[in-house]
Amino acid sequence: MKRSSLPRAERALRLAAAALFCALCACARAQDSDAQTQKEIERYRQLLAEGNPAELAQARGEELWKTKRGPKSASLERCDLGLGPGVVKGAYAALPRYFRDTDRVQDLESRLVTCIVALQGFTPEEAMKNPFSAPGRNSDLEALATYVAGESKGMKLAAPMQHQKEIEAFRIGEQLFYRRAGPHDFSCSTCHGDTGKRIRLQDLPKLTEPKEAQRVFTTWPAYRVSQGSVRTMQHRLYDCYWQMRHPQLDYASDASIALEVFMAKYANGGTIDAPGLKR
Amino acid sequence: MIAGQARILIAMTAGLFVAAAHADGLSENEARQRAEQTFRTAFTRGNQQIAARVMQQDETQALCSKYRNAPPREVAEKIEKSQLAAISYPASGTLLGDWRQGERIAQDGYGLRFTDADAKKPNGGNCYACHQLAPQEISYGTLGPSLYRYGKLRGASEAVQRYTYGKIYDSEAFTACSGMPRLGHNNVLTPEQIRHLVALLLDPESPVNK
Repeated sequence: MKRSSLPRAERALRLAAAALFCALCACARAQDSDAQTQKEIERYRQLLAEGNPAELAQARGEELWKTKRGPKSASLERCDLGLGPGVVKGAYAALPRYFRDTDRVQDLESRLVTCIVALQGFTPEEAMKNPFSAPGRNSDLEALATYVAGESKGMKLAAPMQHQKEIEAFRIGEQLFYRRAGPHDFSCSTCHGDTGKRIRLQDLPKLTEPKEAQRVFTTWPAYRVSQGSVRTMQHRLYDCYWQMRHPQLDYASDASIALEVFMAKYANGGTIDAPGLKR
Repeated sequence: MIAGQARILIAMTAGLFVAAAHADGLSENEARQRAEQTFRTAFTRGNQQIAARVMQQDETQALCSKYRNAPPREVAEKIEKSQLAAISYPASGTLLGDWRQGERIAQDGYGLRFTDADAKKPNGGNCYACHQLAPQEISYGTLGPSLYRYGKLRGASEAVQRYTYGKIYDSEAFTACSGMPRLGHNNVLTPEQIRHLVALLLDPESPVNK
């Protein structure tokens, strides 16, 4: 989709978001009081709370969910996200989880790929061709994930940690979280192993601290103001590895899902507040 | 009575099942091996040269991962000894470069990300991501300690210059499993760039010491 053909409402929202963000940056620069900056961020959040641009992705995702597409000309309305075929409400609050049909632990996004392949008849390559949006290019997976996650808003996260493969995924994710590699010797724990730290001005959550893990894990997918786009948990991990000077993380890879299970264990009990709004 | 016994038996069996499921979990070594397998198959679609860079950990990375950055004392000493021995100082000349160039390097986060395609553009040190340095820059991180007034507090003797150069070159020579990248050891920065950073920290004219 070309930028000029964006719906007017979306363009207006993006413009408003960008303008507010710039004003906020100017404010953060001018006043080196952290408390003041925090106050401004809160004010900004409140201003946008009633009009999170992610709602546009949510609406598009719902439309996509119900539209017949692909070689099999089917919608996703029979997709089993873990609570049975067609159950969307609450499904995100119980992910990632083990799925018998694929014999894998899956997160929301990998499961959407499974459904797109099985129900609509696309190949996995086709289904995963465009996992993240870019300027002027929407992502169907991103919109679908935003829609499904939003249908668990207000529910408590309860990712099951019962099945042997779920327990194993947690253990693998834990190892990956601490795995240092590359020219900068970074692991996830370099930035997310301690509480109260910042990178530049960005607060960093300690992901093994339930309160902090709950706050961040339950608010993806989110509209990221700095990127002018909705981003998903898969994108967050991909972006972390980019920052860590690691290679490009494969979308829906077992490693990405293991890391999500690791985080979900600490985030369990938190209330889903997706789609969120982030820097 | 029989029903009661049956109930107890069922409860015991269920208990055994739960215990077995847990005992069936992975040992630390197995978990590590499984994680390595999982990691090796996680980066198949991107640049394979960059992927090759993270597959094999060096000994220091492997030890710090294993001990989650809190190695026992003998392991820490072994790491520090090996890293200290590997620091390479310039053959001649001063270790104090130009603090102005140092400031630019400290601000710059360019390099070694999979989108950083310009090989001619030098890597940055990105020091401000984790450290406070010059007080004019308010957008600094706190993963590392504040380095504001670093030189004012320590002076700029040859011993301080050598330590500072070495710390930037390979932080783990002094603190095993430090979160700070080994910027010289891993060829992120050149010796020349490190000299400029030493000046940023030690030169009395540097804003860090004003």
